[in-house]
Amino acid sequence: MTDAIIEYRGISKHFSGIRALENVDFACSVGSIHGILGENGAGKSTLIKIMSGVLQPDAGEIRLEGRPVTFASPRAAGDAGIVCMFQELSLIPDLTVADNLSISDPPRRFGLIDRRAQIARAEALLARVRCEDVDPNTLVRDLSLSRRQMVEIAKALGRNPKVLILDEATSALTARDVQTVYDLLADLKSRGVSSLFISHRMHEVDALCDTLSVFRNGRHIETFAKGAKTGREIVKLMIGRDVEAQFPPKPPVRQAAQAASPLLKVSGLKWGDRLNGIDLSIGRGEIVGLGGLDGQGQKELLLALFGVLEHVEGEIEIDGRSDKPASPADAKSGRRTRMALVPEDRKTEGLMLGMSVADNLLAACHARISRGPFIDLQRARQAVQEGIAKLQIKVGSVRDAVTTLSGGNQQKVVIAKWLLIDPDIILLNDPTRGIDVGTKQEIYRLMRDLANAGKAILFYSSDYAELIGCCDRVSVLYGGRVVSEQSGDNITEESLVAASLNIDPRAA
Amino acid sequence: MHRMSWKRWLQQNAGFAAAVLLLVVLYLTYNILHPRGFSSAVAIQNSNEAVAIVFVAMAQTLPVLLGGLDLSVGAVMTLTNCIASELLHGSPWQIMLGMVLTLLAGTAFGLMNGCIVVYGRIQPIIATLATGAIAIGLALLVRPKPGGEVDGDLSWALTNSVADFADTYGIADGGQAWWLLPFADIPVPAILVVAVAALVWIPFRRSVTGRTVYAIGSAEGSAYMSGLPINRAKIAAFTLGGFLAACGGLYLAIQTSSGNADIQQAGAYTLNSIAAVVLGGTSLLGGSGGAIGSLIGALILRVISFYFRILDIDPLLQPLIEGVVLLTAVSFGAFRTLRVKNKLDLFR
Repeated sequence: MTDAIIEYRGISKHFSGIRALENVDFACSVGSIHGILGENGAGKSTLIKIMSGVLQPDAGEIRLEGRPVTFASPRAAGDAGIVCMFQELSLIPDLTVADNLSISDPPRRFGLIDRRAQIARAEALLARVRCEDVDPNTLVRDLSLSRRQMVEIAKALGRNPKVLILDEATSALTARDVQTVYDLLADLKSRGVSSLFISHRMHEVDALCDTLSVFRNGRHIETFAKGAKTGREIVKLMIGRDVEAQFPPKPPVRQAAQAASPLLKVSGLKWGDRLNGIDLSIGRGEIVGLGGLDGQGQKELLLALFGVLEHVEGEIEIDGRSDKPASPADAKSGRRTRMALVPEDRKTEGLMLGMSVADNLLAACHARISRGPFIDLQRARQAVQEGIAKLQIKVGSVRDAVTTLSGGNQQKVVIAKWLLIDPDIILLNDPTRGIDVGTKQEIYRLMRDLANAGKAILFYSSDYAELIGCCDRVSVLYGGRVVSEQSGDNITEESLVAASLNIDPRAA
Repeated sequence: MHRMSWKRWLQQNAGFAAAVLLLVVLYLTYNILHPRGFSSAVAIQNSNEAVAIVFVAMAQTLPVLLGGLDLSVGAVMTLTNCIASELLHGSPWQIMLGMVLTLLAGTAFGLMNGCIVVYGRIQPIIATLATGAIAIGLALLVRPKPGGEVDGDLSWALTNSVADFADTYGIADGGQAWWLLPFADIPVPAILVVAVAALVWIPFRRSVTGRTVYAIGSAEGSAYMSGLPINRAKIAAFTLGGFLAACGGLYLAIQTSSGNADIQQAGAYTLNSIAAVVLGGTSLLGGSGGAIGSLIGALILRVISFYFRILDIDPLLQPLIEGVVLLTAVSFGAFRTLRVKNKLDLFR
């Protein structure tokens, strides 16, 4: 392509041995609105993080307007005209809207920030995104999420970009704001500004973009003009044909009678604007998957069940009785049913990194190993041995800090810790993320064994293959609701991807 | 053009406004109870006693805005106090040079703190615990025994009213000029504090570096993503903190005509500076508040101690009462946690 504004040549990026981008060639032409599509973990975020200077590529070359460039920091990329609007917003909550809009280069008089000029500038930018109702003197922390996204867009506009990157920029916007963003992008296009648009809303991508690129497993699969492929063909490109992992065999599809008395039943669960009425039930011996793209409320659902969130509305029934855990301590020590949550981030929520393997294993089951207020060393030793044996954790000494273990073994420690309380309901938040294939398969087998022993398992995974391979049923979430429930052989990659994009596969 | 409405300002600066209100009430009551209340003499005495802690509290504000703590502010004040007690005598030029050197010493110490925090990647609280001990050590080298020689005229002129200042240096008809009359009774120390706040703090707050300090305390990741000069701002914050602590040390030398490398005094000033910062409405998490608030907070602490002189309260009760006031004040900040919806946010 000769009219490329930005071009990747053989870009690769690895994170501790895991491939994020592999030998990617990619180009975005001047004045184009370019949609990027791909599953979770396809490499979309890495692609734009490299472009905007947050990450540096391990190999390859980036060309901006034909000249090779390297961006050492977001500032360098911004100065070169590449401005990114991140999914996790880059606004500063304790500063005002006006301060934020001019944060990287405020108007100055005698070397000091000129507040009046800054407010005038903020008003002009807010008018461009049709947010005249936002007072530039408000603190960003007092704005709603949708207003913050619009301020973020205004901030990006204020930097006069040549390439504007919108990463899920419209996820919280109202219909009117989305229209404003469409108009803005069309206006920028007419002035020769290119936009890269990353969204999981297929209809938005369809309405807006002129060119589409599909990524899968860190590779650039194909770039084509809008309309060249049908929705079904695009979904096929996103899935690809990969070698599948080995999963333990599933029991036959359950009878309706068994599902009638679920161990955990959730109805109309709401929390803020993230959960909008979730209905779900899990019986003993069942593994229920949570599907969908990142950030559709799966994590919040697990946290709500485990008593981490305040002001949760709706009904949670455990073993036929209405019971909303008030805290994790409450959830794990329920009188008749104990609940366990393997959290999203094992480094901050799963483990106490500096403490020993033994202390981490015992962290949840102190009730079991204590005599009065004191820990019984004999019982503690037994519990530690039991945990290590159950998951075959490879440890040198149980007194070593848990950081000395590999990622896979660390995750086993988290799971073993919870199994030591002998839970009835097990909530898993992406438990196989960032661990090796061997350990993954052990975890799959363990899940099935636990289910066969009568536990109820709720399993969120961003990897569709896992959901298909492990789950008896899968509920796909979109916008804080269950949009599709699939079971048995009906769980296919195609149906899951279609459901997570909230498109009807028959219509596409 | 949008203007900042009073209501919005109040909403965004509730802690600061509450501190101002508390100070006004406390100080008015104090003057009513005082036998010579509302007189220039009382105001002069009070402001003299408040200057050092006010400067040290303003110095502490900067690291706190970043989300850290500086345990060396009291020690830097003590060090500069000792340096000043050696230098502030001789010809006017020598005195002037002595003042500049004192302030430079404190500023350089702050710069060193900043560089250790940024390039050594050491948490501020532990870095400054160590450098604070170094500062005390240097102070003991400079002045092993309390004492010193400070120019008497300077000491008199800067610790009294504007009229006395003019009289000492024979300007404005020895303080009798008609145009000086409206200001004649204002204490010079109060003017010094206001001047430093207006000429140093306010421009800093309105600079890109100053704004970056707030941004770092509020959301360092976002600040980095916005391409802000993070290292520069951190170093600048500690450097300015060193300068302000030196202002405190310099004034203490002028006020007491001496220097004293008193370890306990340094520790007390550091702890009181943290209390003043919190009282003034600055969040210990960083990102919101300011040095003017800390100025108010320091004055509140001082006024409480003044009460012990005029009321018949056992001075032994002073720490107890100060502790209760501080605890009550910071409890208001804890109301924030009642609004948290995701309990995990409490730990972030």
